[in-house]
Amino acid sequence: MSDQERVLKFQIFRYNPQKKGDKPRMVTYELKEAPGMTIFIALNDIREQQDPSLQFDFVCRAGICGSCAMVVNGQPTLACRTLTSNYENGEIKLLPLPGFELIGDLSVNTGKFMRAMSERVESWIHDHNADEVNFEMLEERMDPDVADKIYELERCVECGACVSACATKRMRPDFLSAVGFMRLARFALDPRDKRTDEEFYEIMGDDDGVFGCMTLLGCEDYCPKDLPHQTQIAYLRRKMVLIK
Amino acid sequence: MKVIYTDSLVIGGGLAGLRVAIASMQRGLDTIVLSLVPAKRSHSAAAQGGMQASLGATIKGDGDDEEVHFADTVKGSDWGCDQDVARMFVNTSPKAIRQLSAWGVPWSRVRRGDREVVINGEKVTITEKDEAHGLITARDFGGTKKWRTCYTSDGAGHTMLYAMDNKAIQMGIPVHERKEAIALIHEDAVCYGAIVRDLITGELIAYVAKATTIATGGYGRLYAISTNAVISEGIGNAIALETGIASLGNMEAVQFHPTAIVPVGILTTEGCRGDGGLLLDKDGYRFMPDYEPDKKELASRDVVSRRMTEHMRKGKGITSRYGDHLWLDITLLGRKHIEKNLREVKEICEYFLGIDPVEEYIPVRPTQHYSMGGIRTKATGESPNLKGLFSAGEAACWDMHGFNRLGGNSVAETVVAGMIVGEYVADYCAQNSLNVSTSTIQHFMKQEEKKITDILVRDFGENPFELKAEMQKIMMDKVGIFRNGDDLEKAVEELKVLNQRAKHVALRNRISSSNPELVEAIRVPKMIKLAQCVAYGAQLRTESRGAHAREDYPERNDRDWLKRTLTTWKDESADLPELTYEDLDVMKMEMPPGSRGYGVDNTIHHPDTGRREKQIEEIKEANPGVDRFELQKLLNPIAIPEKFKGKNERIGRGFK
Ligand SMILES: Cc1cc2nc3c(=O)[nH]c(=O)nc-3n(C[C@H](O)[C@H](O)[C@H](O)COP(=O)(O)OP(=O)(O)OC[C@H]3O[C@@H](n4cnc5c(N)ncnc54)[C@H](O)[C@@H]3O)c2cc1C
Ligand code: SF4
Ligand code: FES
Repeated sequence: MSDQERVLKFQIFRYNPQKKGDKPRMVTYELKEAPGMTIFIALNDIREQQDPSLQFDFVCRAGICGSCAMVVNGQPTLACRTLTSNYENGEIKLLPLPGFELIGDLSVNTGKFMRAMSERVESWIHDHNADEVNFEMLEERMDPDVADKIYELERCVECGACVSACATKRMRPDFLSAVGFMRLARFALDPRDKRTDEEFYEIMGDDDGVFGCMTLLGCEDYCPKDLPHQTQIAYLRRKMVLIK
Repeated sequence: MKVIYTDSLVIGGGLAGLRVAIASMQRGLDTIVLSLVPAKRSHSAAAQGGMQASLGATIKGDGDDEEVHFADTVKGSDWGCDQDVARMFVNTSPKAIRQLSAWGVPWSRVRRGDREVVINGEKVTITEKDEAHGLITARDFGGTKKWRTCYTSDGAGHTMLYAMDNKAIQMGIPVHERKEAIALIHEDAVCYGAIVRDLITGELIAYVAKATTIATGGYGRLYAISTNAVISEGIGNAIALETGIASLGNMEAVQFHPTAIVPVGILTTEGCRGDGGLLLDKDGYRFMPDYEPDKKELASRDVVSRRMTEHMRKGKGITSRYGDHLWLDITLLGRKHIEKNLREVKEICEYFLGIDPVEEYIPVRPTQHYSMGGIRTKATGESPNLKGLFSAGEAACWDMHGFNRLGGNSVAETVVAGMIVGEYVADYCAQNSLNVSTSTIQHFMKQEEKKITDILVRDFGENPFELKAEMQKIMMDKVGIFRNGDDLEKAVEELKVLNQRAKHVALRNRISSSNPELVEAIRVPKMIKLAQCVAYGAQLRTESRGAHAREDYPERNDRDWLKRTLTTWKDESADLPELTYEDLDVMKMEMPPGSRGYGVDNTIHHPDTGRREKQIEEIKEANPGVDRFELQKLLNPIAIPEKFKGKNERIGRGFK
C-alpha cells in the first residue's frame, strides 16, 4: 500500500431505463484514492459524496456471492475484490455486464438469468428417493475424492462473467453458456443424481447446448473462481457424442 | 392498489427462509419468498466454516451425541439460551445435515487411515476408522468438546445455500427478487403479510398472507465495521418492532468474531484456528495459552475476542494506520491444506491484502459478526404477541444462542429452524383462514405511500448516508466488545438525537423508482431505532454475560439477570423503546447454570440453582438404569414435531 495519494478518474456508464427521457452516457468522476481501496469502496464513496443516484450491486463485498461482476477497463470481473491500485494510470472505466437485462447504470439482472438457467438444466439432484430418505439413518456414503471433485465444480458463484465474455452467446441468444455447462458437469459427476446420459442429451445435445460452443474460451479466461471450463466442456461433448 | 395473495409469505431468501418455504410447499401451501437479492446471493453463502451436527463419524468426534452438543450450546450461551429450543435443535441437526446431503451438498467425507493434522501448534497423526470411510466428516471449532463442525472444504454456506435454492427451484417456489418488505400488515394483533417495495420500479405491493415469516438475517450493519454483507441491516427486525406489538429479544447480545482482516473487516473463518492456526502478538508470541490455558485459541468466540482486545490494550498489538491488530498465523498448516480447505481465506488475503497466507501472517482483529438478538418467538417460531408472525434464522431470537452463539451453530440453526418452524407455519395456515379487511390493507399501503412521498417532496433536510455513518460510529465506539455505563449512556443519548433527525430526511435525487438514496432514506430511521434497542438494552443490563461484557459489572449475575430482554416500541412518537424482562426458569432447566470454565468464575448465583441441581440428582437416583433419552424426557419433556422426533444413528453405536 503506497502512502501517496492520487486522484482516480472513473468513467462510469450511466443510464436509468426507469427514468423517462434518460439516455445512455459515460460520466466522469474524480476521487482521492485511499490505501487498500477497492472498486466497492470507491463506488460507495462516489454515491455518498457525489451522485446518490448511482446504481450498482454489492452484497458480500468479499468475492463470495457473485453480485458485483462488471466490466472494468474492458474485462469482466468481480468489482468488490478489485483494488484500484491495480490500475497504474489511475483511470478506471466501468460498464455493466453485457448479455443481461440492464436495471440501471452498473446493475444488471443476473438473478433472472440464473434462475432460468437453473430451471433449464434442472439444477437439482434427480432421484425419486431423495425426498423419502430416512434422515435418522446414516447418510449414504460418498467417496471423499468424489465429494471434493463435485465441490470443485460447484464453486461457481453465478456472477455471469463467463456469459458476458462468450462470443457464441452474442450470436446465439439462447446459448446455454459456460455457467450452464458447469452446472451440468457438476450434476453429471454426482452419483446421487440418477439422470442418464440420454436425459442430459435432451438438455444440451444441440447447437444451443454444448455443440454450439466455438471454444473461444472467454469463460475460462474470466471466471473469477478459475473453474476448469475447457476440460468440462470437452468432457460433456465427448459424453454427448457417444449418445448419437 | 396491487395486492398479491398467498398462504405462506416468507420474507428472506437465505437458508432459513428457503427452508421454511420448502416446508410450506411440501405441505401443499401456496408460498412466495421475497428477497432483496437473488436468493443464492443471500448472506448465508458467505459461511465458510461449517455446520454443527453431532454425527460423530470422524475419530475426533467419537463419543459425540445430542447430549454433548446440548451441553456445549448451553455453556456457549452463558446459560442465556432457551434450553427447550437448544434441545430441539441438537436433536434435529443430524437430520438436517443428512437431508441436505440427499439434496446435493457435497459434504467433505471421512477418508480411512492416517492423516496429519495440527493440534495445539503440533503436527499429530490421527487414524480414521475403516467403517467411517465415506461418511460426513467434521472439523474442530471454538467452544466445542468434539470435532463436530461438518463442512464442504471452505464453502459450507455456499454449497448449503445452492442445494437449498436448487430444491426450492425444483419445487417451483417463486422467489420475488429485488423486493423489500418495509412494513407489516396487521389487525387485532394478527399479522397478515407485508407492504413491499419493488426496488426496480419503486412500486408498492401488498403481499397478503395467512402466515408471515421473517427470515431476513442479522443486523450487523448497525456497526461501522462488520463481517456481514452490506444488506444485513436488520430491516426485518425493524418492521416487526414498528408494529408496536411484536417484541425483539436480547438485542444487546451482539457477537464479535476474533479474526476479521484489517481494515475492511472481511472474515477469515474460525476454521483457520479450528484447523490449527494460532494468534500471535507484535513479538510473534502466542498469547492465548496465557489467558486460557485449556482451550487457548479455541475458547468460545466472545472470550477470544475479549482476550485479544485486552492484549492489545497492554500495548501488544501491531500498530497500523487503521489502529492496532494482531496476527493470525496459518503458515504452519502448509500449502496443501490451505489451498484445499482454506482456499477462500487464501483468495481473500491475496485480493484484499496482497499477501500469501501460506507464507505470511494475516492482520486480524475482533469485528462485529453475529446478532444473537432478534424477533422474539416461542419454540414454534411464532411471535408470542403478534399471531401469524413467525421468524427463523439469524433474524429470530428463537433463542438457542443466548448471549453467545457457537461457530457452526448458526447455519445449523437456519436449517433446523426452517424445518421445525416450517411445520408450525404450515399447521397455522391449515388452522386459520385469511380474514383481514381491505381497509386495513389500504391503511398500511397509504401510510407507507405517504412516508415515501413526504421524503420525496422535502426540499431540505438530513442526508441519510451521513445519519447512517454517525449511527454506525456510535455503535462501534460505545456499544462494542467491552461496554461501560458512561459510554452506553452517551450512546443512548446520541442515538435519541439521531432518531429525531431521521424524521427529516431529504433527498438530492428525488425519484420514486429505482433509487439507492431513497432506499437508504427508508432504511436509516429503522436502523437507528434498532441501534437504540441494542444500546438501551446494553445500558440497562448491569452484568456481563456471553458477548455482553460490562467493565463496570464484570460478573455474570444469575440472581438478578437470568432473564431475556424484551423490547417493544409501542408509541411511535416516543424517543426510546420500552424494555421488559422474561425470567428464565432455572427449575425447568435440564442443565442448571454453572461455570463455562474460562478465566475466574465470579458468577453471582441464582437461588434456584442449588435447588434444581439437587432435584436433578434426586430424579437420577429415583430412576436408576434409565438411558439418556428417558432421562432427558424426565428432565425436560419438550414437544418436537412428529417428523423430527426419531433417534439419530451413528457408527459404532447404532441408535443408542
Ligand atoms: C462471513 C460470515 C461467515 C459465517 N460463517 C459461518 C459458519 O461457518 N458457520 C455458521 O454456522 N455460521 C456462519 N455465519 C453465520 C451465518 O452465515 C448466518 O447467521 C446465516 O447464514 C444467516 O442465514 P439467514 O437465512 O438467517 O439469513 P441470510 O442468509 O442473511 O438471508 C437474509 C435474506 O433476507 C433477505 N432480506 C433482508 N431484508 C429484507 C427485506 N426487508 N425484505 C425482503 N427481503 C429481505 C435477503 O435478501 C436475504 O435473502 C457466518 C456469517 C458471516 C457474516
Ligand atoms: S462459471 Fe465462473 S464466470 Fe461463470 S458464472 Fe460461475 S463463477 Fe462466474
Ligand atoms: S459483492 Fe459479493 S462477490 Fe462482489
